[in-house]
Amino acid sequence: MRVIIDTGNYISAKAAQMAKPDVVAAYPITPQTTIVEGIAKYVEDGEFSGEYICVESEHSAMSACIGASAAGARTFTATSAHGLLLMHEMLHWAALARLPIVMVNVNRAIGPGWSIWADENDSVAQRDTGWLQFYCSSNQEIFDTIIQAYRLAEHKDVQLPVMVSYDGFILSHTSMPVQIPEQNEIDDFILKRVPQWKLDVDNPVTHGNIIMPKDYPSIRRAMQDAQEKALELIPEITEEWRKRFGTYHGDLVECYRCDDAEFILIAVGALGAESKVAIDELREKGRRVGLARLRVFRPFPKQAVVELAKKADLIVLDRNISVGMEGAFFSEVKAALYGSSDAKVYGYIAGLGGKDVTYKDIEAMCEKVMDGKYKGYEWYDLEGE
Amino acid sequence: MKKYDVVTTISYPKKGAMGKTGSWRVFKPILDKDKCIKCLRCWIFCPEGTIIRKKDDSVEIDYEYCKGCGVCANVCPVKAIVMEREAEI
Repeated sequence: MRVIIDTGNYISAKAAQMAKPDVVAAYPITPQTTIVEGIAKYVEDGEFSGEYICVESEHSAMSACIGASAAGARTFTATSAHGLLLMHEMLHWAALARLPIVMVNVNRAIGPGWSIWADENDSVAQRDTGWLQFYCSSNQEIFDTIIQAYRLAEHKDVQLPVMVSYDGFILSHTSMPVQIPEQNEIDDFILKRVPQWKLDVDNPVTHGNIIMPKDYPSIRRAMQDAQEKALELIPEITEEWRKRFGTYHGDLVECYRCDDAEFILIAVGALGAESKVAIDELREKGRRVGLARLRVFRPFPKQAVVELAKKADLIVLDRNISVGMEGAFFSEVKAALYGSSDAKVYGYIAGLGGKDVTYKDIEAMCEKVMDGKYKGYEWYDLEGE
Repeated sequence: MKKYDVVTTISYPKKGAMGKTGSWRVFKPILDKDKCIKCLRCWIFCPEGTIIRKKDDSVEIDYEYCKGCGVCANVCPVKAIVMEREAEI
């Protein structure tokens, strides 16, 4: 075990290198670029022995990973915003083909207007592709989650691709100290990939052929079962990691000062980290408020949210907007509670397109609810209002 | 043959997986064995594996599955295969 200080993206590159993928296929895009550069440097320095394919687009990056993964290889790629959107078709393909590809997505706003700053709309828009989705709040969590993602994706009962997201610039370009286990410890943790099917000249099969209507629902159902299995496996994997390496960021949800809380704030990614400061400040003032940072969006931790709502009313902070409805996490939290809870759920949209959200802002949002001044779903700190 | 448990669209090799595709045919390849020089181009190019290669490199056509695409007639260098209409309209 050693500690290195580096940015979220170089930590991603380090995790990717230590996971020993056979194939990396990636295309650079701000703010993900330094991941691709970092891996290229490992190749140049002879510290990465896999195949590194410089593709001409993100659609090709995902296609190359699909081909390699179908042949039994371990694969890695990384992207952001418009790159992720260009992959969209192949994201569905990877999941329906049950290929355990691991991808980092650095959350960035969608243009126009041209924005390179943090916003979750890129990955939230991939909600229904069948990928598992994690959101990180520190560089240590980025490292740990990428390694854990391989263990999870390649588990025989999951066999689905995993996306690990974190906020552009706020984490991607910020240096923090990160504990890095030894290579043999990582090898022991991830295990060797055992493909559950593969393209193999000694045992020829065709993949992706026509499927009749009577059979199609079964492949969707199998994906649903795999995601539900992942809900059980994620806490086991994070606990095993804690025992081996000492770092821990929560299982499906990270709860912070939730005991005896009357209100629980639900936040994601770097906003979740910032929210801890706000919770500390509010607790100083005697407010009974806690934080539940959702680490996993798919599979959605329905039962964990129901448990939170038994103790407290919920305040959901969204750095994304499903235009025509509301923030995605706000919708999903309410959907999880329907029929199981009478807890009130309050919501805010904040921080779109990288707009700064400080702990003072988060405190103000919570206090507005707790003081009974909340007047309905709100876009916090909108210019001109 | 190894079968996989994972639920995705895997098809295993099997003769006639899509039924007797010979019924799709509009034009039928007719082989003149006297003209055939056993070059095996038809056998190489047939996209459906319906040219049957014999031990002496002579060939036969499997009409149960031949879809009548005409590739064999096109690549034959001695015009030993000609395409004939299955039926008059």
